[in-house]
Amino acid sequence: MIGINVYLALIAIATLLSMYRIFRGPTTVDRIVAVDIMTTITTGLMVLFALYYQRMIFLDVALVYAILAFGGVMAFARYMEGGL
Amino acid sequence: MNALTVIGEVLVLLGTFFYFLSALGLIRMPDVYNRMQTSTKSATLGSLGVIVGVGIWALGTDFGSAAWLTKTIVIAVFLLLTNPISAHALIRAAYKSGIPLWEGSIVDKYSEHLEAKVKAEETPEETDETGEGGEE
Repeated sequence: MIGINVYLALIAIATLLSMYRIFRGPTTVDRIVAVDIMTTITTGLMVLFALYYQRMIFLDVALVYAILAFGGVMAFARYMEGGL
Repeated sequence: MNALTVIGEVLVLLGTFFYFLSALGLIRMPDVYNRMQTSTKSATLGSLGVIVGVGIWALGTDFGSAAWLTKTIVIAVFLLLTNPISAHALIRAAYKSGIPLWEGSIVDKYSEHLEAKVKAEETPEETDETGEGGEE
């Protein structure tokens, strides 16, 4: 209908804006927040690629990536709190 | 082009638009608490739209099956459960590591909660002292 290029362009703009926050962010938590948003966007991008290449195995890759990103962000949060 | 494909494409378009809005809130908000507030909510909603939309879209194509919709709903429920948990942990870590609030923010419920907890820890000692006085 509209085409997958529009969705990929919106995702690219969102990734560039969050990379600006990663490089510019004044504190460490700002950068971790930006990385968290980028991993959420990347999970949606992998699901879009699964549809684009017509391969269902990319959905499993997206699920494992979401689990690992959640563990990484929780480890960073515990480290910032001083409990790790 | 059937109805399932159209519904899936509309959901994916809405989801990517919410991705764009979350990244926009990430660079427009003044401090880390407001950034987390806007970005996490709209990124979670956007990923729900994209992922469930891809599952419905694949049902309308010739290679799609019901396994696509099942797997995408599993990923969407996992993201819906874990994104608020990681946001909560990050914000609590930011507050406890001493990042100041924006100078325009006027409500700080968490510091009031911490002060109330400190007062509640101080008062039982006084009641214990009076209780011992009563026994004597």
